[in-house]
Amino acid sequence: MPEQIKKTRQPRSHSETQSDASSATGSQTKSLAVDLDSLLDEIDEVLESNAEEFVKSYVQKGGQ
Amino acid sequence: MCGIETEYGIIFKGGDVNPITASSIIVNAFSQGVHDSVGWDFIDEHPGSDARGFSLDDYLFPEFESQLVNTVLTNGARYYVDHAHPEISTPECRTALETVLFDRAGEEIVRRSMQIANEGLPFESEIVLYKNNSDGKGNSYGCHENYLVSRTTPFAQIAQQITTHFVSRQIFCGAGKVGVEHRGIAAKGNSSPWFQLSQRADFFEEEIGLETTLKRPIVNTRDEPHCDPVKYRRLHVIAGDANMSEVATFLKVGTTAIVLAMIEDDEFPEHLVISDPVSAVRQISHDYSLQTAVVMSDGRRLTALQIQFELYEAAVQYAARYGLEAVDQSVGQDVLLRWQHVLLGLKSDPMSVANVVDWVAKLRIVEGFTLRHGLQHDDARLKAIDLQYHDMRVDKCLALRAGLEVLCETDEVLRSMSQPPSSTRAFFRGTVLQRWPHAVIAANWDSVVFDIDNEGLKRVPMPEPLRGTKVLVGELLAMCQTPADLLARIGSQF
Repeated sequence: MPEQIKKTRQPRSHSETQSDASSATGSQTKSLAVDLDSLLDEIDEVLESNAEEFVKSYVQKGGQ
Repeated sequence: MCGIETEYGIIFKGGDVNPITASSIIVNAFSQGVHDSVGWDFIDEHPGSDARGFSLDDYLFPEFESQLVNTVLTNGARYYVDHAHPEISTPECRTALETVLFDRAGEEIVRRSMQIANEGLPFESEIVLYKNNSDGKGNSYGCHENYLVSRTTPFAQIAQQITTHFVSRQIFCGAGKVGVEHRGIAAKGNSSPWFQLSQRADFFEEEIGLETTLKRPIVNTRDEPHCDPVKYRRLHVIAGDANMSEVATFLKVGTTAIVLAMIEDDEFPEHLVISDPVSAVRQISHDYSLQTAVVMSDGRRLTALQIQFELYEAAVQYAARYGLEAVDQSVGQDVLLRWQHVLLGLKSDPMSVANVVDWVAKLRIVEGFTLRHGLQHDDARLKAIDLQYHDMRVDKCLALRAGLEVLCETDEVLRSMSQPPSSTRAFFRGTVLQRWPHAVIAANWDSVVFDIDNEGLKRVPMPEPLRGTKVLVGELLAMCQTPADLLARIGSQF
């Protein structure tokens, strides 16, 4: 048996219900939207500043 | 038993260094930071390339570029340069959960390598690695899974049936991609999707075959078991994306292991075969609304979600009849629960599983960004987000900010960078490497070569992947002071 590893964990950023995932409540939807806004704020900060140059120069040799 | 090999994308910023050299710098950096590394043993060619003690000056010598670096680590993993990419292969793992743990350890090994390597580079230079599979310019590199299966199951049967799962599982395993490639064979009726489910779908051109670098097949026929070839087959799977989400990795490996167990017990639903898998894998990838149906061999048209629901239901029946000991009972039950949860989520509202499915997390970011900045779908920033989702720098990685659910405790991940799994032969390999690094000349999957004072080279063959475990050899190893001692006592442990 592998080392003790917690098998079911609550996700860090939102609470998880036991039932069908379709039962998102109004408040959960709102908190996801707020999460998304602050996530986008962060991305605005950390995204490569010259996106075109970055994307153009990202070339890989074919692997397997 | 399973494992994952991941080829990382690599960029050398602020300099003109070829990717083989850059990859070698990365792999060597880790070994330099830890201890003298042990070379990988290519039995047929040379006894083992020595990756000890390279300094940055060595990289300027032209002959260095032809020396492909290959190391084996004390957690039993293999870390090497392959086709101009750094590649890390987890040790053999007993369960899907253990595989996630060692895949995560691999990520931390890569991060530490970057940190050490970059400290040694000039200020304006930096090597960055990406855990993805596509550069958006027609080049792809792989994340391969390996599964131990019984040799008694006819390969043709494995191939046909597992293809159904490979083609459809991308709805929860896909890492997402902005744009498509190979436009000439784009899916009918979906002329130029700006986003697709999978990084790799556009690159599969055959149903089955030996190739891995061009005309890639959905099922790879490579037959190199690295263990007893009479009893076992190693199914080498190239048809998957690298995942940043731990739950996605868990489901990718866990569901595949269960489906393979079903195939081995002849319990795979026989009718669930896709008529044209090569077209289907692309059609499914190109429709992130998940509505596209593909033709099955019995004439039905099913969406990938419907196919996966049928597979899931069959797996539940299988588990009830046979149990899931083949994949570890409790891990297997967890796989089934999470499989159900993700399918139900995808069915009702894909955004509800943005915390476990990489393509959904990525789409959420890309759509949100498009709305916020009023962008067109072909804006370079969206492709930049796609790439940076997989950036291995902690301060830049977008996946780390996306709110993905975590399965592994940090201290377990850190420990697994240097400690092997207990219940496969990786335990023996990793442990002897830790204890006697100077006596182990070389190692590979199915043997370890010792250099014993006064006795010369001794190869210990390990044809059984489930022997050499902590239970079987732990005490013996602890008792032995020297490798000579160990070899005298080993007897028939393997």
